[in-house]
Amino acid sequence: MQLTAHHLTKRYGEHLALNGACFDTPADVRSVVLLGPSGSGKSTLLRVLGSLLLPESGGLSIDGNPLSTDEAAALQQRRGNGFVFQGFNLFPHLTALENVALPLRVVHGCSDDEARQRAIEVLERFGMGPHREKRPAEMSGGQQQRVALARAIASKPKLLLLDEPTSALDPMMTQEVLDLIRELAEAGQQIVLSTHEISFAKKVADWVVFLDHGKVIESSPAKEFFEHPRSDLAQQFLEALTRYR
Amino acid sequence: MSSQAVNPSHQALREIAWGFVLAIALSLITWALFATVRYQWRWDALWDYRFLIAHGWMMTMLISAGALVLSIALGLALMMGQRSPWIPVRLFSRGYVEIVRGTPLLVQLLIGYYIIANALHINQAVLVGIVLLASFEGAYLSEIFRGALESIGASQIEAARAVGFDRAQMYRYVIFPQALRRALPGTAGQMGALIKDSSLLSVISIEEVTQAVKMTNAQAYIALEGFIPLAVLYLALTLPLSWWARRLEARFKFDT
Ligand SMILES: Nc1ncnc2c1ncn2[C@@H]1O[C@H](COP(=O)(O)OP(=O)(O)OP(=O)(O)O)[C@@H](O)[C@H]1O
Ligand SMILES: [Mg+2]
Repeated sequence: MQLTAHHLTKRYGEHLALNGACFDTPADVRSVVLLGPSGSGKSTLLRVLGSLLLPESGGLSIDGNPLSTDEAAALQQRRGNGFVFQGFNLFPHLTALENVALPLRVVHGCSDDEARQRAIEVLERFGMGPHREKRPAEMSGGQQQRVALARAIASKPKLLLLDEPTSALDPMMTQEVLDLIRELAEAGQQIVLSTHEISFAKKVADWVVFLDHGKVIESSPAKEFFEHPRSDLAQQFLEALTRYR
Repeated sequence: MSSQAVNPSHQALREIAWGFVLAIALSLITWALFATVRYQWRWDALWDYRFLIAHGWMMTMLISAGALVLSIALGLALMMGQRSPWIPVRLFSRGYVEIVRGTPLLVQLLIGYYIIANALHINQAVLVGIVLLASFEGAYLSEIFRGALESIGASQIEAARAVGFDRAQMYRYVIFPQALRRALPGTAGQMGALIKDSSLLSVISIEEVTQAVKMTNAQAYIALEGFIPLAVLYLALTLPLSWWARRLEARFKFDT
């Protein structure tokens, strides 16, 4: 997927979360990983990419189509994406099955049967079949994130956006969820994700965008980034992350 | 949590047994207290006024039901008013809630009935009573509703947007169902308060059950006898409500 970002800025009050971020990726890239220290703007960039936040200025296009900043168009863009956040973003009053089936019914125009069928299929694929009648409070964190992933991909999104999908999980659950994401990536799903799991990033990333203070410091093929990071910042960052692994 | 360790039917038996013991103890204490009062109890005098009291009880139920429906509508309107982007509407709603919650119901009833309703030439006391009671309880309900709505976190709203819901769908499928669950226990509690507050309507000479008992006491030349059955009549309405509120709370505990 070809992503082109052009001097993106986004501020929260006085604070510039994105400060003229620019990067572009070649069209043959499937999975882009956003890396950077805490507060560098990864989540903000993902939300802008997913049309959940509108940037104050700058432009963004996906596969040559510029993203619109009009609210109605943004809604349509959101409907073409799948999104998973850090954690706890399932609807707590609905069962796993309903969490997946409801958007299919009311957003994607599936009939009751189609939606149910599709939801069961995806939940089973992620090993959540036996738990489909449970509500989020009755599931472990890893199970909840698997349901969240199931919900995100059930509508067959063009682009899957994942914001630190495992940062609220313990190491075992993290493995479960990362394995699923890797399977999705290997099956050809287009993914943009932010993560602090560096060894996972090495395995799935085709392309890395490294951010700091709202700016893109490096945007390069994953192999090149991990083997020869160009900037000092990226070098320090990788060193710090790999020191205890 | 401790009840999970014990067999549930055992637990229920124990509760019944203890309830029985406490009821007997309470009766004995009450009897002893009543015996110390140097007063000639004339319970039989009450019996002659049973229809007056029953009529009053019906009136209490009618007024409570009417005020309940009206107060929920008003509570919703005030809640939306407080969240309105339009400044005068927001200020009015906020001010209304603060003033109504900050002053005694008694004062509101007296002013509402003898001044406002009088000025508007409305002289159906029951209707005025229902409206005044609803306008009082509505202010409390709006705060319960507002709290419930605002307790739905930003992450739920973001999740709703992320799955592609538009604004109406977000309210319908995500915010309202969760807010409703959170508002129900508080609302049920407020309904109990409303029923008891209706006893104050006797000051604007509505013949609800408290007024009926006061009249009975006066006409039968007794002083206190009527108040015991009065308490029981209120409990007959409020106990089922609080039982229902507890059930709702238990049922929705895991949902949100
Ligand atoms: N809703 C908000 N209101 C105010 N400031 C915000 C908000 N969200 C993010 N920020 C600020 O914007 C900056 C970028 O935040 P962002 O969440 O994009 O960082 P991040 O790279 O995802 O960090 P992390 O790795 O900790 O998740 C941070 O300095 C943060 O404090
Ligand atoms: Mg983040």
